[in-house]
Amino acid sequence: MADVVVHDEVVVDHLRVDRGGRTVLSDITTTIPAGQVVGLLGPSGSGKSTLIRAIVGVQVVARGTVTVFGQPAGSVGLRGRVGYMTQSPSVYEDLTVAANVRYFAAVVGASRSDADRALQRVDLTAYRDTLVRHLSGGQRSRASLACVIVGEPDILVLDEPTVGLDPVLRRDLWALFHALADGGRCVLVSSHVMDEATRCDRLLLLHEGRILADATPEGLLTRAGAPDPESAFLALIDAAEVAANDGGPHRRPGGPFFRRGRQ
Amino acid sequence: MNPALTALTCGRVLRQLRGDPRTIGLLLVVPCVLIGLLAWIYNGTRVFDAVGPALLGVFPFVVMFLVTSIATLRERTTGTLERLLTTPLGKADFMFGYALAFGVIAVLQGTVAVSFAVWVCGLDVKGPVWMLVVVAVADAILGTSLGLLASGFARTEFQAVQLMPAIVLPQFFLCGLLVSRDALPPVLGWLSNLMPLSYAVDAMHAVSSTTDPGVEVVRNLGIIIGFTVAALVLGSLTLRRRTP
Repeated sequence: MADVVVHDEVVVDHLRVDRGGRTVLSDITTTIPAGQVVGLLGPSGSGKSTLIRAIVGVQVVARGTVTVFGQPAGSVGLRGRVGYMTQSPSVYEDLTVAANVRYFAAVVGASRSDADRALQRVDLTAYRDTLVRHLSGGQRSRASLACVIVGEPDILVLDEPTVGLDPVLRRDLWALFHALADGGRCVLVSSHVMDEATRCDRLLLLHEGRILADATPEGLLTRAGAPDPESAFLALIDAAEVAANDGGPHRRPGGPFFRRGRQ
Repeated sequence: MNPALTALTCGRVLRQLRGDPRTIGLLLVVPCVLIGLLAWIYNGTRVFDAVGPALLGVFPFVVMFLVTSIATLRERTTGTLERLLTTPLGKADFMFGYALAFGVIAVLQGTVAVSFAVWVCGLDVKGPVWMLVVVAVADAILGTSLGLLASGFARTEFQAVQLMPAIVLPQFFLCGLLVSRDALPPVLGWLSNLMPLSYAVDAMHAVSSTTDPGVEVVRNLGIIIGFTVAALVLGSLTLRRRTP
């Protein structure tokens, strides 16, 4: 797919988010183009979900901007073009799988046959008439994913969609994400499982509200001189912490002098 | 607001309720049991004829308030509301969808409760019985809309449950059921005029005590509908798309 034109569909510019009196994201700047599967990786509590919420426009932002297709995140014009899968499966427990997907399909103007196709793509056709309450955790999460892909949004923002799935399903879902990206969509997938890094076209490594690395999986391994993504991530965190401890009080940009000098 | 999306949400809420027959059973049976209990307590006196109609207005209001505030809180905590707010579904579509769905349930509940009170418990009604049903349904939708508005101020289940006594009980005390509204101290009488449940009870009294209550009922219904729409609009304005 060399001829896919890469645009920056999502532009995050100096984003800062505070939650509960703490800074959860400090000064995030990045872009997410169409045609790629971008992995947002980091440990639990690193700010992945908060960044995702800012991109879909449901997060109160302290500073900075998030622009999607040239419009501020959450604008009326973007609703229906952005597919958001929340971290906990946000489907109705007291409805069947099919009823859930049909409802979310109808909300974005998709048809019943689109709903059937979405169920097929997440391999839940056999459970279509089962109440979500009776599904396993992994099945619920796939039902939730079906509710996102059913509207064929231009941007898919998926918060930990592969957690708790067996290896076969994980492989199939990553194949689905790549198929969606190859179709010219923007796909952002978060995970706290470092092994999933190798399945992405590009990685954003988040640690304590900052982007620790922005690289291809191969680039990350080379840069950290590590055999696998998990050790690469650990090496990068150690390096960052050593820098933080050695650098003294003036190390990080963001002290009073730096802040005043910045735009 | 988009009528198609509102209807869609209404249908979804009804489908959820249909899958929960026990809740529907409770919604229909509990008011009847309470009314039956009262009729029995006041057996042989005129008290039931005096308070019965008012209670037919109060029960659906209280029940729908509770059910709605829990239902919307559930949408919040499971993330379905957050997801919906990123779709073309408007906040008003969400609010009015819920109000419509519970309105349908209210028609069932009102019909059953009024029929039980009149034909089983022998409630003496001078006006047309169907008007009692209409007022009961309006009360139920009022309860739903206030529940939707109130749930916006609750972050946890504990808070949501306590909003019921906080918002419902003062209205219950001042609606004319315990002490007639014109016998209240002036300040309380004035407060009573600000509370929507008072007009519901006035309408019920009008139906039960006069043979031609049409004008009085329409006037009170108009006020109830006004409160309902105001609560729904305010509810959709206070529903935040972005949260901290």
